[in-house]
Amino acid sequence: MQLYLPIADIPVNVFLILAMGAAVGFVSGMFGIGGGFLMTPLLIFVGIAPAVAVASVASHIAASSFSGAISYWRRRAIDPVLAVVLLSGGSLGTALGVWTFTLLRSLGQLDLMIATSYVILLTTVGGLMFWEGLRALLRARRGGPVTTRRPGSHVWIHGLPLKMRFKRSKIYLSVIPVVVIGLAIGFIGAVMGIGGGFILVPLLIYVLRVPTSTVIGTSMVLTLVTMVFATMLHAVTNHLVDAVLALILMVGGVTGAQFGARAGQKIRGEHLRLLLGLLVLAVGIRFAVELVIRPEDLFTVRETGVTG
Amino acid sequence: MTARLARTLGWLALAAVLAASPVRAERLIVSVSNHRVTVTPNYSGEELVLFGSVEKDATTPANRTYDLVVTVAGPRADMVTRRKERRFGIWINTDSRQFLQVPTYLALFSNRPFDAIASPEVQRRQQLGLNNVLLTQRVGPDYADVVPDDAFRSAFVRLRKQHGLYREETSAVTFLTPTLFRTGIPLPAEVPIGLYNVEIKLFAEGALVAKTDTAFEIVKVGFEQFVATTARQNGFVYGLVTAFMALMTGWMASIVFRKD
Repeated sequence: MQLYLPIADIPVNVFLILAMGAAVGFVSGMFGIGGGFLMTPLLIFVGIAPAVAVASVASHIAASSFSGAISYWRRRAIDPVLAVVLLSGGSLGTALGVWTFTLLRSLGQLDLMIATSYVILLTTVGGLMFWEGLRALLRARRGGPVTTRRPGSHVWIHGLPLKMRFKRSKIYLSVIPVVVIGLAIGFIGAVMGIGGGFILVPLLIYVLRVPTSTVIGTSMVLTLVTMVFATMLHAVTNHLVDAVLALILMVGGVTGAQFGARAGQKIRGEHLRLLLGLLVLAVGIRFAVELVIRPEDLFTVRETGVTG
Repeated sequence: MTARLARTLGWLALAAVLAASPVRAERLIVSVSNHRVTVTPNYSGEELVLFGSVEKDATTPANRTYDLVVTVAGPRADMVTRRKERRFGIWINTDSRQFLQVPTYLALFSNRPFDAIASPEVQRRQQLGLNNVLLTQRVGPDYADVVPDDAFRSAFVRLRKQHGLYREETSAVTFLTPTLFRTGIPLPAEVPIGLYNVEIKLFAEGALVAKTDTAFEIVKVGFEQFVATTARQNGFVYGLVTAFMALMTGWMASIVFRKD
């Protein structure tokens, strides 16, 4: 069934978009991430302009993270104080990100910027996660003690001022790194059209040493708010949010996410992290390959503005 | 002195009048099958038909054979063509050319190859064929069109052709009788919204003998138009509604799929 998208200005197959939403939703539910880093490239692949894809995916991630956040809230797996502090940085970062996005779009380097940031972020994060997952797996196989206690309790981060207590997470920490992480995630999310969950979760675990019990729920709250904010800003400044496209993605996404979450509970933690690491790494490598091999066509044409 | 000047001016005026209204032996009458193409949710391209006839009068030489060239130009826009080059091991956009106010859709149809219709000089002057259409580029501080085999120009035309947005068919116009003609105007799904100008030029013995134009528009209607204009004019409200829609969808899902 073909449907004409009012903002993207192309007809798409509704079932294809719905299936893409469901597939990405499944993955996002399974790993507790937004899935924007998969969705945006898929949309670009079916012919939607990168700028429209980035802007519309933001609202799709908002929907899936909201449904996730609700269920985590019921299980009391969200640290509201931590979320608020992260958000104060996140909002600023998102605003900066949307501004940068508009600037890059006018400079004509948006595609390169999106592609290189994908490569750098995804290969690094994916590689690290994969490596960490592999090590945990080997440790478990050797029968060694699976360290649930996070090692190295004192790093330089703990020496920073402005400390405060995050009750639900049971940590006592300076607000500076928390705000900075929020800012970075907000910025990356707005520029790349991703929620940033797959970067935020490892950062919270390894840098801030937030316990795993509250990590995913809290990260979802941050994703939710930054993505709602990003949707608003993209709608106001770039007018590129395609609500029809977003709605199809959301419906597919939230449905897929439920099944994904159920599948995820059946898989062991280390395996899950290993799989996610592989997935992230694979997407990163795909982007890297695209940058390195000679493109089929060296020329591209893009409209820079309709004025007549 | 004054009398001479007046006489010169008089001749000039007469010349101008003659140039503006040459003796017309032929007249073109054309019509497009649909002057208003509406984009609805199930829109996936369309094909229009252009019909026309050549009206002769007493001064028309008998047994003249005609050639016809139809040029359809969509709304104009600035476009950028970029070329990728290998830098530091990766392929990035380096050089670029900006095309100023070029048609987003451009189709040239004729009844036989342009070379058979008119001399290269006439082809250039009348912009017959994609190679002769004026596509203004900004080259540094200058504005100019370049030779047809310029790398950026040919890449631009080739890419637009791949999307079906630029086309050139030298057998698309058919003469049903020596004076009655028709041609199809295919509009692919991704054609831009806006006003399309159709220019019809009639040639005989290698020279332009008559010219006329018509137009049609592609418009979004109903829901599509509502969404597009709201997004553009009320960005804030549009954003709020989209965000609210996202929250509702998420909330609904958490209710529908609630396990307990």
